[in-house]
Amino acid sequence: MRTKIGYAAILAVLIATTIALARPSGGTVDGKVTYEGTPAKQKPIDMSKEPSCAKQYATPPTTETVVTGPNNALANVVVYVSAGAPDEAAPSQAVVFDQKGCRYIPHVLAFQVNQELKVTNEDQTSHNIHPLPKINREWNKSQPPGTPPIVDKYDKMEFIPVKCNVHPWMHGTFAVLKNSHYSVSGDDGSFKLPNLPPGKYTITAWHESYGEQTQEVTISGSETKSVNFVFKAKPY
Amino acid sequence: MKPANKTLLSFALLTSLAFPITALAQQGESHIGKLTGHSDAGKQLFYRYCWGCHGFRGDGNGENWLPTGSFLEPYLNIQPRNFAAATFKCRSTPTGTLPTDQDLYNAIERGFVMSNMPSWITLTAQNRADLVAFIKTFSPRWKNEKSGEPINVPPEPKLTAESIKHGAELFQKLECWKCHGQEGRGDGPSASTLTDSNDQPIRPYNFAVGARFKCGTSNQDLYKIFMTGVDGTPMPSFADVIKPDEAWDLVHFLRTLQVAHKSPELALWQSTPEGAQQIAARKAQGTPTGSGFKQ
Repeated sequence: MRTKIGYAAILAVLIATTIALARPSGGTVDGKVTYEGTPAKQKPIDMSKEPSCAKQYATPPTTETVVTGPNNALANVVVYVSAGAPDEAAPSQAVVFDQKGCRYIPHVLAFQVNQELKVTNEDQTSHNIHPLPKINREWNKSQPPGTPPIVDKYDKMEFIPVKCNVHPWMHGTFAVLKNSHYSVSGDDGSFKLPNLPPGKYTITAWHESYGEQTQEVTISGSETKSVNFVFKAKPY
Repeated sequence: MKPANKTLLSFALLTSLAFPITALAQQGESHIGKLTGHSDAGKQLFYRYCWGCHGFRGDGNGENWLPTGSFLEPYLNIQPRNFAAATFKCRSTPTGTLPTDQDLYNAIERGFVMSNMPSWITLTAQNRADLVAFIKTFSPRWKNEKSGEPINVPPEPKLTAESIKHGAELFQKLECWKCHGQEGRGDGPSASTLTDSNDQPIRPYNFAVGARFKCGTSNQDLYKIFMTGVDGTPMPSFADVIKPDEAWDLVHFLRTLQVAHKSPELALWQSTPEGAQQIAARKAQGTPTGSGFKQ
């Protein structure tokens, strides 16, 4: 009888600690990024100079300077904590920037300072990876099909445009950030920044065509605060 | 010693120590072979000879590049080098790394063919070394980073027709023709859309009419161009995708594209039947004054 109670007690303690640990610590900032006005029309890309890519599309893909979703959602917005959180060491997990169908996937890649970046080429054609930083160092490497991924990293925070010189329609961005609190909005415009310890934070939303906006948020415990960003769309 | 003398002595010692230390801190140096350049001397030279194009802040925004006033049509066809960004075209070091002092010295001595940067052989070797030392003061990268490790250029192997043929295969496989064109005339499918890192239009090198490259004239220079990339331009580095012996095959083939320039490679290629046919098809025909010019 006593041993049975003993076992039950141990089990109860184990369950309690598991529940306590499983609950995410800190608060969350989430929200939606939307636009108002008329965004510029995205143009279809002419890939006739690269038949091996052109044939992968039934209808030509469009440019991605402004990607929108239903209910005026704005995608590809990097929402991150620009002040209030300490700088963090890079995680050991690498991020992957892929070239497929002569486009960059994802269009905007967010990762941390000193985090390993792997660039892969899934196409039948050579690409040259040419990130164009102004603060970090600029390099330019050729990547024929079937060659290993190109591996590199950046040691300073910066939003870096990336292009391929051979295929001038290819554009992407590396968002190199100082901490792990970032989120890139999807087609529904939503973002989520979990695991924020109590404190006062500055949240910045960056869009490649519409610039930056900031808002201040205070987290006191493990609550979820909603913050929305609305960008003014330009028709050109 | 009397206390007053002691304070006077220590005061004198401290002040005398202060001067040489600050002077040393501002003095940057360059080392090229046996030469040592000093940035203080280079500064005088820069603000006499260089800043008109390269700008007061060494950022490529000199008056000779972009006139002040309401219209902003550049005077020069290629923007002068921005030393503050510390991205350099002609290096012996891998892409994205700083050049060596020798690389910068060579650039000043050689000039840049088909641009407005002249060959500064009018300045002495010491002058050029001093300029290198001063140029390095424009960017903080020189304080925080070391120059890249110069790439290893293996000795050139024997020139054979097989080497040239293999080079031709590489030219196809690595898709050099996408920018440089099948005959190396700088007319490939992507050539007309190329821009450099300042968003200025730029043309790929035209092998058919050239003899000198931006970064030199020898086979070793040509090797280094595609194994280190021309930073700041669309020309990437192929160091990760070409093996060193294959790189020499490509050098030999590229020389056969220079149909207007005599070289051992071109002579050897001319002596083979398929080579002779290709060269005849590519050679420009017509009179020097341009009548009936066919290329």
